Order: sequence, then C-alpha cells, then structure tokens
Amino acid sequence: MKPFARLFAELDRRRRARDQDAALSAYFRAAPPEDAAWAASLLIGRKPRQAVPTARLRRFAATAANIPDWLFAACYEQVGDLAETITLLLPEGGGLEEIPLHVWLEQRLPALHGLEEERQRRIVLETWHGLDRTARLVWNKLVTGGFRVGVSRRKVIRSLSRLSGVDEGVIDRRLLGAWSPSAEAWRALLQPADAASDAGRPYPFCLAHPLDLPLGALGEPEKWLIEWKWDGVRAQIVRRGGEALLWSRGKEGISAAFPEIRAAAELLPADCVLDGEILAWDGDRPLDFGLLQRRLGRRDPGKRLLSRIPVVWMGYDLLEEEGCDRRSLPLAARREALARRLAAAADPRLRLSPALRVTGWEEVARRRHEARGRGAEGLMLKRRDSPYAVGRPRGIWYKWKAEPYRVDAVLTYARRGHGLRAGLYTDYTFSVWDADRLVPFARAYSGLDAAEIRAVDRFIRANARERFGPVRAVKPELVFEIVFEDIRRSERHKSGVAVRFPRIARLRRDKPAEEADTVETLRALIAQKETTP
Amino acid sequence: MILPPWLQATASGLFCAPAGCHIDPRRPVARAVVSHAHADHARPGCGRYLATPETARLLRLRLGEAIPVQELAWGRTLVLNGVRLSFHPSGHIRGAAQVRLEHAGEVWVVTGDVKTASDPTCLPYEPVRGHGLVLESTFALPIFRWPDPAAVFADLLAWWRKNAEEDRPSLLFAYALGKSQRILASLPPDAGPVFLHGALEAPTAVYREDGVRLSAARRLAATEAPENLRGALILAPPAASESPAMRRLAAAGRAFASGWMQIRGFRRRRALEAGFVLSDHADWPGLFAVIRQSGAERVFLVHGFAEELARTLRAAGLAAEASAAEHEREEDEAPP
Ligand SMILES: [Zn+2]
Ligand SMILES: [Zn+2]
Repeated sequence: MKPFARLFAELDRRRRARDQDAALSAYFRAAPPEDAAWAASLLIGRKPRQAVPTARLRRFAATAANIPDWLFAACYEQVGDLAETITLLLPEGGGLEEIPLHVWLEQRLPALHGLEEERQRRIVLETWHGLDRTARLVWNKLVTGGFRVGVSRRKVIRSLSRLSGVDEGVIDRRLLGAWSPSAEAWRALLQPADAASDAGRPYPFCLAHPLDLPLGALGEPEKWLIEWKWDGVRAQIVRRGGEALLWSRGKEGISAAFPEIRAAAELLPADCVLDGEILAWDGDRPLDFGLLQRRLGRRDPGKRLLSRIPVVWMGYDLLEEEGCDRRSLPLAARREALARRLAAAADPRLRLSPALRVTGWEEVARRRHEARGRGAEGLMLKRRDSPYAVGRPRGIWYKWKAEPYRVDAVLTYARRGHGLRAGLYTDYTFSVWDADRLVPFARAYSGLDAAEIRAVDRFIRANARERFGPVRAVKPELVFEIVFEDIRRSERHKSGVAVRFPRIARLRRDKPAEEADTVETLRALIAQKETTP
Repeated sequence: MILPPWLQATASGLFCAPAGCHIDPRRPVARAVVSHAHADHARPGCGRYLATPETARLLRLRLGEAIPVQELAWGRTLVLNGVRLSFHPSGHIRGAAQVRLEHAGEVWVVTGDVKTASDPTCLPYEPVRGHGLVLESTFALPIFRWPDPAAVFADLLAWWRKNAEEDRPSLLFAYALGKSQRILASLPPDAGPVFLHGALEAPTAVYREDGVRLSAARRLAATEAPENLRGALILAPPAASESPAMRRLAAAGRAFASGWMQIRGFRRRRALEAGFVLSDHADWPGLFAVIRQSGAERVFLVHGFAEELARTLRAAGLAAEASAAEHEREEDEAPP
C-alpha cells in the first residue's frame, strides 16, 4: 500500500496540474494491474464500504493514545478529519510488512467488517502501530469509507487515456458502468475501443450551463426547446439485449433502487439509450426531494416503500437507437424518436418531459416564475439543433433557475469546519425571530469569501458564549442574507419549516439584529408557494 | 483562583501588586516586565520596561530607540519592594525569558512563550523550580507532537533542492522574528542563494550584531531580476503572502514553517505544496516536561488550548485553571 500512500501524499500536496499528472502516470506505470485498478477506482471517488464503525475507531484511538473521549473530541474539532486525528494522536509507527493495496481492499478490510470489537481492536491497533503516518492516514480513510483526494475524475481519466492511447470518452464510459476493480478489469479498461465490449454502459451525461447572458442574446425563441427544470435524480435508461439498466450521473447503477422504472423500461421496444430524470411523483407534481432520497438509499425497496413513495422517469433525450449512436443528430429529431419510443411502451411511469409552448422571450421569463408552483426548479433552454455533447458545453443547453427565496437571519451558533476549513468557524446556524426569541431555521457553510470567513471567525471567537459540545452559541449580532431553493413545513424543525440548499448571499452589516426576518415571513413564503398554480 | 494574592490576572494582564509591575501587559501600564519581544507580549506606550539584554535590543528596534528599558542580566535578581525577580531562558526565541517571582516564601514562574526543542539562535530552555507556574498553552492538544527539527530541516532542504532543479524559486513563509532566524541558522552555508522579504531584514540584522551565525541572505528588491530568483530560497512573513510582490512569484513553490502545519487542512487551505512542522512553542509532551521539571503543583494557563490542558492537569491531580481571556491568541504563531 506504500506506493498508493505516496501517491495520495503527492496529489494532496501538489497543486500544479503537471505535478499531479506526473505523479499519477508514474504510479499507474509502476503499479501491478490489480493495484492500479483499485487505485483508479478510489481516485474517481468510489468508496469502499466502512469496515469498522466510526464510534469504535474513536474508542480504539482514544485508548491507544491514552486520552479521555472529551479530549479526543477536542482534537477532532481542531483537525476536522477523523482519519487524520487518529493518525496524529499516535506516535510515528512502522515495521508492518508491505501489503498490496488490492489485498487490503479485497481481503483484509472486508475480513475486518463485522468482527467482534475485541478482535477488530487488536487488528486495528497492530496496523496503526505498523504503518508510518502517511500510510496510516490513507488506511484510516479506507477503513472509515471516507477516502477522498483532491484530484478530479477528469484528470484521472486523462491520465489513463494517455497511458493506454484509448480515447478519454471511451475510458469515461467504461468507468461509468458496474466497474469492479481487478487485474482483468484493468486490462479491459485500457484495451483499444471496441463497440461490443462497451455494451450495457451508459453515455457520459451532457450537462447544462447556468444561463449567464440575456435571453435576447440567444437569438430567435423558436430555435429553442423550453422545458421545466426538474429536481430529481438524472438517470439514463440503457435498454440493450433484452435488459434494461438505470444509471445515475457518474455513480453506480441505480436499477435496484427503482425496480418499477426498470420493469417499465423493459417494455420499451428493444435497444435504445434514453436520458431523463427520476422524480418522486404524485398525481401531477413532484413530491419533496427528501422522499426521493429515501428511495435512492434503498436497494430492493419493499412493497410498502414502493407504494408510499411512487416515482416516475421523465424523459429528456434519446442517445442510441437500434445500436446506433444518435448523439450527433439534432435535439428535435432525437426528441421525436424519444416520444415514439415512450408512446410504444405506453407506461405511465415513463413520461416525456413536456415542452413549454411559448411565443417569445417575455413569455419564457414569465413562465420561469411559475416553476416553483409546479414543483420545478426553473427552466431548461436547449437549442433544437443541438447535439448531445459531452460535459458542460457553453451555448447549447442552459439552465435558468427560479429566483431563490431570500431571508435576513441572525447568526446564533457556530462550529468549526472540516477539511479545507478545519479550525475556522465556518459552519453557521441562522435564526429568525419568533416574537422576542430567535429560533434556528437553517445551517449554511458556503457563500463567503476567504476574507469574510476570517472576519466572521474573529467575530465568533470574540463573541462566543456557551458551549454545547463543539457548538458555540454566539452573541446575536451579525445579520446575513440567506438564500434557499425551496421551503416546506416540517414538524422536526423548531421553526416549523425546512429549507433546501440554504447558503449565504451576503453579510448585512447595514442591518441590526432586531430587524432580521421573522417566522411569519417564512410561513408567508410557504403560503405563497402553495397558492401559485 | 489559584494565583496567589500578590499575582493577579487583570484586564491589562498579569499584575504583581507588591512589585508594582505587569508581566507582558496587553495595554500600556506604568511598569512592564517583558518576557520577549513578540508583539503580543511587548506593547508600546508603557512607562518603563524591564527585559533581558537581548530582548531589550529587539524592543528598541520594535518600539523605538528612546523607550525607557532597564536590562536585567540572565539569572541576576532584582528586588522590587520585597519581590525577588529574575530571568531564565525559555528557549522560545532570542532573549525570551521565563520570569521567576519570589514573594512571601512562595515562588511563581511565568514562562512567557516556551520551547523545549533545540534552537541554535537562543539559550536552551532551562527548568526553573516553583510552587506555581503561569504556562502558555498555544499547542496544548495531544495531536501536536513535533518531529525532530533535524528531520524537518532535511525535508526543507530536499524541497528547496527539488524546486531548484526545476529552476523555480522556493518561497517559504515564516514569522519575521525568531522563526526566520532559526531557519537561517539551520541552513548549510552552501545550500544556495537566500533572499529576505523587507520585514525580516531588521530583526535579522540584530541577531547578526548579537553574534548569532546565520546564513548569508540578501534583501529581496522589488526590481530583482526573475532569473536571479530561480533556485533561490525566499523567506517572507505569512502576512505578506497576498502582497503584490509575493504574487509576482507565481511560479514559486510555496511552503510555510509553523506548528500548525501539523494539520493538513491548514496547509491545503492556503494551497501550500509543503508545510514544515517547525514551532517555537512547546508541543504536548514538551508542556508536560516543563510542568514536571518545575515541580509546580498549581498551574495557570494562558493562550490557545488553555481549557483542555487545565482539565487534563486536574485529572492528573494538579490544581490548574485556564485564563478567562478566552479569545486571547498567540500572534507570533497564529493559525494560518
Ligand atoms: Zn512569542
Ligand atoms: Zn506569545
């Protein structure tokens, strides 16, 4: 595992693209195929299953370092990373025989899973003491299932493409599927492209660019297809050779989570690849995203869950027909083909995302305001002659989100951030007034620049009050404008509302805390949303 | 309150009433005993200062030639209205002293900032026995265990050499007073050209005048030709990292020498390609060594993780208390 730990350290440190490229290709060239396969899988963000529960790891580490739990917690709060905290708490180690990466991932870690605590403890402590700090950090990240490294999927794919001479798109697509690391899989991954062996896999998704120019600059409205922007799980249906599979973006297959969509897809006339979105759906509108997430988290959902959270697949596009790649055809033609397929399948769970009939840009702008009322996030604008491109190209597909909701709220609690923000107070809780009391309604981490983060961190240190574990109560003084995408009633939240994607728009130094918004403002937003068509 | 009645923690800092002096006051006071010349220990505007001779020279540099500073040699005792006061090396930076106070049959040692690791630019930390200890706790968490400085300097040289092979400058951020000179004193003489940011020039000159052997280094001029910087090591204070002069060195490899580099997040946040764990403060084991060697049974903690260390010491049977000034922070080694 040492070579992989060294690669991790290099990637973690080196910011320059060419240093990272050099580290990657040196590793892939030297590594035996069975290790290289696992390395590639980890680097593109596939996480192994957690082998030892977090609570146990904390306990083992605190005992090994001979410190009480509260002190472990204080260290963790500073470091902001569990694997690293454990690494730092134990003295430098070494002397464990080298065990290759694939042996760890295929045998040792899975064997650790489910062992009783005492036996796990023995093995974990032995390993900690036997590994040097770099290797220990990487090992901890593998054990906790939290492995991440600061290198993009694209960069890894580029490196593999350079190594093999195989086109980046082909590698990307091969890695999308049910790719399980092994020496065999590694060789297959780097083999010259051939259509047959790539069956069953989805295409790289084409993504929309945020609309960043005036509508007028898009030319004639007739050249554009306008659709609702749905907020679900983007998914391709790959219907080939009598089988239908569902793939989400860059992730594992999701067929098992949505058996009813898969069954419906098997009714499609054979051999096609379709792109669309899975939505939790009831009657004529989507259900809350949280419900869809519950479905997504369950492989093999039971009958009860299937009937309580019904889903549909909303079709956007057709990428392949009778074995032919149709991605370079114009969108209008692809959509027609899609509509024909869906009509033939005639299943209510497979729908065509409706095209909005509009007569001009003004009407487009008007329809955008209706989006929330329909349970959509905004609008999609796609050129009718656009191909199905790779990545997020400019100029052909745009997403135009509805205006977010805005509320002025008071900073009342803070805790330290993780990763890049370790040690700084960057995790904030915001509250609004309920009569003369402040009730928390949103937590947000992002939206401030580095200088503002430092200034707020200083304010929090100087104005911290009680401590609740890692959370500090803060003197209610700073007002922030908080924006969010959706709001709904919630019994589980003190304020009675839950918001989606809250983030900080700006610090409002001009506003005293007393003038921040109230719970009534939030309730009014919900009422408003429910009365729009 | 575990401090004796003749030593109080006030809003202006530690105050010894019978002697009529503050130790490292936070605000201007009539009489200041200064443990060392870092800005958070030596404030301008005091009526009189008392310091070691080395600290006195650095104080004049920082606060002006004309300030009224009385020098007290290492180990010599000054009696102030019945309080016996003396300075003993704390190993933190050049001139840095622990202040030993003896009154009414009781001895309290105020460590100022303290370092137990080796440093060629100052006298090594010297244990001082006392009934009580006022101890800094900047890095008082068990995650802070410093590696051997020799190994850190070897890493630093390797990083510099690798950059030099690629013809790029190595930009190393380090605190202007203490850390920078410690680095200059630890570089081999023939390692390559070294440049100093302007802020480092004056303190470095004082060290040299004091006879501390430091590597040769030139001031980094705004007009310096880029080809002169290829392969060079440039030392600069962390506060300068966003300055136009430093931004111009876009091609440089960037690193930071600080105890905070123990934590990956701090290094990554600044997009540094290397972090050298090099601190002028005691680490967790070092703090325990200082307490043990002092023989103190009462410990008052200031800076950093005071609460955490106090609680740990109480569990070990000592009387310990954290300073109430909760947001008080080290300025010489603030987290980046
Ligand atoms: Zn200091
Ligand atoms: Zn200090």
